[in-house]
Amino acid sequence: MSDVQAFIDAARSSGDWSRLTEAVPYLRFMGIGVEVRDGKLLGHLRATEMHVGNPTIPALHGGTLGALLELTAQLELLFRAETAVLPKTITLTIDYLRSGKLQDVFAEATVLKQGRRVTTVRAVAWQDDPAKPIATATLHLLIIGG
Amino acid sequence: MSEETFDVEALNAAFRDFVPHNRALGCTIESVTAEPPSLVMVLGYDDRFVGNPETGVIHGGVITTLLDSVSGASVYVKLKEPVPIATLDLRIDFLKPATPKRAVRARATCFKTTHNVAFVRAVAFHDDENDPIASGTSTFMLSTKGKSVTEADLYGKKDERR
Repeated sequence: MSDVQAFIDAARSSGDWSRLTEAVPYLRFMGIGVEVRDGKLLGHLRATEMHVGNPTIPALHGGTLGALLELTAQLELLFRAETAVLPKTITLTIDYLRSGKLQDVFAEATVLKQGRRVTTVRAVAWQDDPAKPIATATLHLLIIGG
Repeated sequence: MSEETFDVEALNAAFRDFVPHNRALGCTIESVTAEPPSLVMVLGYDDRFVGNPETGVIHGGVITTLLDSVSGASVYVKLKEPVPIATLDLRIDFLKPATPKRAVRARATCFKTTHNVAFVRAVAFHDDENDPIASGTSTFMLSTKGKSVTEADLYGKKDERR
């Protein structure tokens, strides 16, 4: 069994997902993690000056929001036990709705359709108010092994 | 096209050095062509970018960020005058994993602008653009609030504006 798979299995049985995201260098570097709040999996980007893409506003870089949305969608499938292995992203389509302020971003994902090989997931990111999303994404995730 | 040429160092001052997240990653413009309006950005391999510690493959978020950065920069190659822009949408097809320990490049081409919107195609690859890691399609709103990166700092085009 692989290290990553061991972290996934441990997170699923313990409900503590922080050790999984801390085991991934990019997520540690980016300050991206997930937490469980009221039974829902919540993605969390701890925004710092390093995440800024337009310093004149300032606004967060679109790529950092994409990374948060993708991770939240992937882990939602693991959290819901739709799959035991990390899904692979086939396509990721992001709509940017509002500029991201230099403050923390949260994200939540919903499974739109679970297929035999591909699952379609919608992810939404917001800052102050979940009713005012700053970005949404639709992902097609491959959930067969290999 | 015209006698218009591009100063890659000045573009890097605007897009890499002035943009905190591009600077944090090290997204560096490598080359620019005026016709078609396109540029190539390179991102060196870095252990901090790893998404899978077992294989050393970099995280998809790094590819997403590189494609967003290069696509936005390509709009400034197309525009006659720099204006503030914002990504409206971005679709990425992940075609194959990046090879560990290798730099990733991305070329973006801004093939159309209207009064309000710029349209961009982009591809990420190692050395061969015909063997892509990912492809991206994006649109950008033009003349959004704030200042353009190039206005705010340096403008990479050497022309009569300076």
